Amino acid sequence: MSETVLSLDGLTVRLPKGADRPHALSDVSLSVASNEILCVVGESGSGKSMMANAIMRLLPNEVTIERGRMMFDGRDLCAADPAAMREVRGAGIAMIFQEPMTALNPLRTIGDQIGEMFAIHTKLSKAEINARVQGLLEDVRIPDPKAAAKAYPHELSGGQRQRAMIAMALALDPKLLIADEPTTALDVTTQAQILKLIRDLQQRKKTAVLFITHDFGVVAEIADRVVVMQHGAIVEQGTADAVLNDPQHAYTKQLIAAVPPLTAPPPRILSGKDILTIDGVSKTYRTGGFLGRGARITEAVKNVSLRLPRGATLGIVGESGSGKSTLARCIVRLIDPDTGSIVLNGKDWAKLNRDEIRHETRHIQMVFQDPFASLNPRRKAAELVAQGPIVHGTDRATAMAEARKLFELVGLDPSAGDRYPHEFSGGQRQRIGLARALALKPDVLVADEPVSALDVSVQAQVLKLLAGLRQQLGLSIIFITHDLRVAAQICDLVAVMKDGAVVEQGLTAEVFGKPQHPYTQALLSAIPGGDFTRKRDALIA
Amino acid sequence: MDAVKRYFRSPAAVIGLILLLLVIAMAVSAGFLYPRDPLALAGRPLVWPFSNPRFLLGTDNSGRDIAAQIFYGARISLLIGGVATMIAILIGILVGAFAGYYGGWVDNVLMRITEAFQTLPNFVLLLVLVAVFGSTLTTVTIAVGVVSWPAPARLTRAEFLSLRNREFVQAGKTLGMKDVQLILGEILPNALPPVIVYASVVMAVAILLESALAFLRLSDPNVASWGNLIGLGRDVLRVQWYVSAIPGIAILVTVLAVSLVGQGLNDALNPRLKSR
Amino acid sequence: MRILSLAGRRLAASIPTLFLILIGVFLLLQLAPGDTVDALMAQMGGGDAATAQELRKFYGLDLSVPAQLGNYLWHLVRLDLGFSSIYGKPVATVILERLPPTILLMTASLSFAFFFGLVFGVIASRGVNRWPDTLISTLGLIFYATPSFWFGLMAIVVFSVYLQWLPPGGFEDIGNVQTGIWHVLDIAAHLVLPTLTLGLIFLAIYLRIMRASMLEVLNLDFVRTARAKGLDETHVITRHVLRNALLPMVTLIGLQAGTMLGGSVVVESVFSLPGLGRLAYESVVQRDLNTLLGIVFVSALLVIIVNFVVDLLYARLDPRIATEG
Repeated sequence: MSETVLSLDGLTVRLPKGADRPHALSDVSLSVASNEILCVVGESGSGKSMMANAIMRLLPNEVTIERGRMMFDGRDLCAADPAAMREVRGAGIAMIFQEPMTALNPLRTIGDQIGEMFAIHTKLSKAEINARVQGLLEDVRIPDPKAAAKAYPHELSGGQRQRAMIAMALALDPKLLIADEPTTALDVTTQAQILKLIRDLQQRKKTAVLFITHDFGVVAEIADRVVVMQHGAIVEQGTADAVLNDPQHAYTKQLIAAVPPLTAPPPRILSGKDILTIDGVSKTYRTGGFLGRGARITEAVKNVSLRLPRGATLGIVGESGSGKSTLARCIVRLIDPDTGSIVLNGKDWAKLNRDEIRHETRHIQMVFQDPFASLNPRRKAAELVAQGPIVHGTDRATAMAEARKLFELVGLDPSAGDRYPHEFSGGQRQRIGLARALALKPDVLVADEPVSALDVSVQAQVLKLLAGLRQQLGLSIIFITHDLRVAAQICDLVAVMKDGAVVEQGLTAEVFGKPQHPYTQALLSAIPGGDFTRKRDALIA
Repeated sequence: MDAVKRYFRSPAAVIGLILLLLVIAMAVSAGFLYPRDPLALAGRPLVWPFSNPRFLLGTDNSGRDIAAQIFYGARISLLIGGVATMIAILIGILVGAFAGYYGGWVDNVLMRITEAFQTLPNFVLLLVLVAVFGSTLTTVTIAVGVVSWPAPARLTRAEFLSLRNREFVQAGKTLGMKDVQLILGEILPNALPPVIVYASVVMAVAILLESALAFLRLSDPNVASWGNLIGLGRDVLRVQWYVSAIPGIAILVTVLAVSLVGQGLNDALNPRLKSR
Repeated sequence: MRILSLAGRRLAASIPTLFLILIGVFLLLQLAPGDTVDALMAQMGGGDAATAQELRKFYGLDLSVPAQLGNYLWHLVRLDLGFSSIYGKPVATVILERLPPTILLMTASLSFAFFFGLVFGVIASRGVNRWPDTLISTLGLIFYATPSFWFGLMAIVVFSVYLQWLPPGGFEDIGNVQTGIWHVLDIAAHLVLPTLTLGLIFLAIYLRIMRASMLEVLNLDFVRTARAKGLDETHVITRHVLRNALLPMVTLIGLQAGTMLGGSVVVESVFSLPGLGRLAYESVVQRDLNTLLGIVFVSALLVIIVNFVVDLLYARLDPRIATEG
């Protein structure tokens, strides 16, 4: 039997004056029952996180609940006084957050912070609390629970920290668990483990879970029911099966369609000539250490050899710390590799000196991950794009005129060139970054996670643009990504990296269709909602 | 333009600006209002303020007009404060930019020197400099500037360290820009606002340092400086305390004005922090 | 243990800094007009050139500058700071005599500024943009802008001349020698005004930093976690915010140790305290360059020691430090 644990009725939350819209949430009604996982899906700015804070009554000062009811445990949380609310928090409703590093107090041990839950809400003795903490840490399957209780947050990995957060949240067997994007900051294999853990514990304890996410893959993996939000309002809700397989609202359809398919498109014919060959590239870092003592050695890139055929796209995939970004920076010589050769157009790029690189760099350009950090905030958009040609000797007027042409090419209004970066959206900024790289008419484009900071629907547009430009300009691309779906969509070839080394490489369809290396297999099976997408892909095909 | 609007929305910043303009007006008008040498004998010594309309703020132990000294003192304080701050900020930016951008041994050497300057109490160093080079207006100004650069240098270095690995700087590198272009065109404009805001702190400290030096009679005795007057008033403190009190208030108001303007600039240039 | 070795390493790293300072100041003082002998002769009321020559030879001042520097450093290694011709004693003795009042004054001022800066900073941050905050922040700004020597003079006028509550200067009552607890109280009474005077500007700085730091920490995610656990606001502050917010304050103590020592020069002059700062002033006026150099050495040493203690304290507060090494 499942009973309703929390029901929101016409919840409306007002934003302070000067915000981009008057209400963070308008007229939101939904309910969560015990022993079910309700996923709230939406892109950034949809108000989904604001909803979680509203339920906990932890809204920022200027943000207020205007009207509506939040019924929990027989009372309206909107009307509860602070003391009553404090009793509900932690004991009745618990919460886990996106970033487990910042969500834990860096100066106190894990055990201490979990134990605090009991100290606040129960009268247990110190010894009993310690025993309970041990039990909880075992429940969340943290390796070496005894040591973990004594550890400080910085001494644990991201996944372990999130496990500790879950242990803390479930300490008092709350009726409702609110999970605010709990796996977004984690690697894909860790994400799969944490999702499974949440599912297992939820089923064992019959907890109601309000799971907030932007990722339809995660929804397919974990949800019983789904609520889709846009601009602070619910546009569609229903069972997971109904929403995923038979979406009604146009926005839902658009979001689901934007989830990249897992199967690679039919392979393109690749040129027999390589434009770029990387042979035995390594990069080692030495950190810390005083007079050679206690130095830590990190092999960021280990003996990597790759080749990029002319006009092809080579994907380099891997989790954080796999060395893929270091490799990308070695290729454009932002970082000097220790050994190996990087041959572009017959020249060994790894052996050039600083001045030669400055001159040759026009042939190989880079697009960066963060559209907010990669544009100088103090230069106008057109100037940013014209900068490269000007550095290489084009006169200013010509360069500016060409910049405006490039704006058109990447799908921006040419008149937008007079605006500063902060006046553009994330997707538009990424287009400016692309235009800047293309301004030098490079042969090879190195794209470092170019779409991972973008919302799904914007992601799809930028990827389409990239594919179009590749065709139009005959570009060869090295595409770095942690997202296997994105790689499947755009790359002809992929190389899978782990701990600095390439463990498997080949045609995308082959690597993803018949993965040979256990790590590649693990990566592929960890993709959230993999079954759902494969089924959908099969239907489309 | 937004920044200007934000600045004028803060009452404290507006008050600071008004006070600062007032002090500047005093410095500018000193010559018209008191055409005579402010250090020349003007009348009976130790006339209490508001008792003689000729000397609105009274006279000091040797019969010099206090009001005239206050007006001329504004010149000295602003001059020393302003020039010393420029010296300190200039050295600070140079050292900080090189250390932060190049890192490695350049950073090591420059930071060692900065650390040495910070380890030695700045006022003690100031005493040493004055002992060696004497107490003229020029040497005191330069000395105050020279002891004040480490903090701006550290600030600039921190900004450069965080900016040089920012993606837009790396993008500039991949476009083929030279180091000079990267430092001057990409990093410096973004590193400058906090350093300029910090200049107000440097100026406040510089004014205080000079006045302390003058109070100890180690600054230039041949100019009308507020600190000199306070030092002079110390001899008659028990009864004619006003000789020391009045110039002290002038220093307080000036330093307060500079700090308020600095804080207002900071809030106007970093609007994110303002809402707190 | 790990923390100690870490702080010890930092301490070892500051030895070159110390030498850098000494060599720099030594060379600087070579540029000074007149040397110890000139000062001595002036004090004796003049003398002939032959005597001066004799004295220069005696003090080793006839050697080349590098040789003098070498001599000085070699003596320094054996903790010999040279001889003060003005005081007629070894510099080390002169400095040691003058050290206790300064250390007492600094400790008292630091404690005063740190404690009240912390308390007022917390109060201001709790009532941000309301009247307690406005009042405290305004007072902070005014304290910051107040020249310490002027505040000291005005305090003397009010508390010593008019109210006659506290002595106007000196370290102890010379005319009426006390013993035991009365002696301690006598010194304490003499130190009240100097402590307030020196501590005032640091109080202003600390309260401003504490306020900003509290506001910053209050915005961090783990504070939201603490609230989501059902902790009440008081416990959120005491258990989660305070220790995190203290970190920048502790760093500041180290950074400002030098400034505080410099401030004591002025304050000790105002209250005629026989401390290191006043000695520095006297040696500049009397051109006692040997003593001045000794003071430079000792004050740099003091700053380094304060920083060592601050390192230890910081590492105790923040477990992340120990693993970074």
